[in-house]
Amino acid sequence: MDILQLKNKNIVVMGVANERSIAWGIAKKLFEVGANVIFTYRKERSKGKIEKMLADYTDYKTAVIECDVNSDDSIAQAFEQIGAQFGQVHGIVHSVAFAHAEDLKNRFHETSREGYAFAQDTSAYSLVAVSKAAKPYLADGASIVTMSYLGAERVLDGYNVMGVAKAALEAAMRYLAADLGAENIRVNAISAGAIRTLAAKGVPSFNQILRQIEEKAPLKRNTNQEEVADMTIVMLSTLSRGVTGETIYIDSGYNIMG
Amino acid sequence: MSTVLERVTKVVVDRLGVEESEVKLEASFRDDLGADSLDVVELVMELEDEFDMEISDEDAEKIATVGDAISYIESKVN
Repeated sequence: MDILQLKNKNIVVMGVANERSIAWGIAKKLFEVGANVIFTYRKERSKGKIEKMLADYTDYKTAVIECDVNSDDSIAQAFEQIGAQFGQVHGIVHSVAFAHAEDLKNRFHETSREGYAFAQDTSAYSLVAVSKAAKPYLADGASIVTMSYLGAERVLDGYNVMGVAKAALEAAMRYLAADLGAENIRVNAISAGAIRTLAAKGVPSFNQILRQIEEKAPLKRNTNQEEVADMTIVMLSTLSRGVTGETIYIDSGYNIMG
Repeated sequence: MSTVLERVTKVVVDRLGVEESEVKLEASFRDDLGADSLDVVELVMELEDEFDMEISDEDAEKIATVGDAISYIESKVN
């Protein structure tokens, strides 16, 4: 029995930078369950990485398309191209965020207006912009999943402006869920435990965060890419058809601890 | 058992897509081996995994050449 019903479905995966990326872990699982994976990238560097990693997946239906989430034109073009090439879109994995390094390193009250706006635009508004551009192509029952982090609701050392952006992202996710629910489109967030990705390396106290989780989390270990990927597959699949507007924690239970 | 030099060379070749012959002790990751800032971060992460160690941001900033990486690792491992 195909309980996931993701075979031959078209899933857009945004935000693969290298093989450590959470989005890449999700893409690998999607290939495994028979989905077509459409990658979007902003930097040529990421395109090169994705194409290299796809050398092991030559038998799969896939595409690598440019999409700068800071530009409405770029997002519109990307989804027009995806629509033309694949027809319908059954799912989107939004795994994109950015903040200036100095806004993570400095004290929070020193955050610049420009840095604040840029983090919001790239990490939170991008989910709204992508939903808008993708909507004409979204299939009945489509699922949008965005990647968040505990810093959205708790203060985590060194997460600063990105925590505020993730809070906005989770709120935007709920409003999108309420808005798009009438069309049977679901929107959820995955709040993943700390994982050693390229992006995470930009958070100054990252190694300390990892050690603290190992000590305190109910499961006494950190989260890995595959655990997040598995739950994301569930959230993209028909198994989660009754769930929308939720933030789902894949974090060894860390968020429940006092 | 491979030496630190051999293991570092392998990581650099895999990560930066350069020839083994280019990976000399005095080679600078940025100037000679074509690494950008993200490549350097990736390289540091690979070295952390390969040698099961943590390289702090402050220490990582001081690693400019292949030789720097090897002496840093040797100083931590011994």
